Amino acid sequence: MPIIQERDQEKVRGRFASLLKPVTVVNFTQKFECDFCRETRQLAEEVSALSDKIAVEVYDFTDDRDMVEKYKIDKIPATVVAGEKDYGIRFYGIPSGYEFVSLLEAIEMVSRGDSGLHQESRDLLAQLKEPLHLQVFVTPT
Amino acid sequence: MESDLVTADMVEATEFPQLATRYDLRGVPRTVANDRPVVDGAMPEQYFLEEILKSVG
Repeated sequence: MPIIQERDQEKVRGRFASLLKPVTVVNFTQKFECDFCRETRQLAEEVSALSDKIAVEVYDFTDDRDMVEKYKIDKIPATVVAGEKDYGIRFYGIPSGYEFVSLLEAIEMVSRGDSGLHQESRDLLAQLKEPLHLQVFVTPT
Repeated sequence: MESDLVTADMVEATEFPQLATRYDLRGVPRTVANDRPVVDGAMPEQYFLEEILKSVG
């Protein structure tokens, strides 16, 4: 059973037609998959199948410690959306419902290499001198 | 994307209840910047940025 319904697959495929640079969706799960780990992995695999610009990588949170370190993953299920480089974009938990749109937007943003922010915001962020870790809490919709 | 110093996580609150408790989550979306809750709900980009930047020196 696909998680992304057939008619939605078509819509997403259409959106992804405008992707530019390659994107990698990196999924972290484990052998005995946690709550929503299986669904999150399946979602990552299904999304990546909708464009040849998107590659999917699946790692084990327990066994693949080098990748866990590389992406600084501290809980699962985790999904990284990376492009030419790792921009620090993470989804913890399943990106379903409205967050599925956030996932698509993250993929498009990374592929374009453009945050879409106003110039004033870009200027402010460029002046940052210390790390800024944002966590946006959401619930399934 | 505009700074290598910024990392941004979506956290699905029901899957990580310990974090929801830690940040005293009552409603969503709630944005936590460097471990401090700073923004509740959605707000225009300019104000959102002002609030989150208060968390850094």
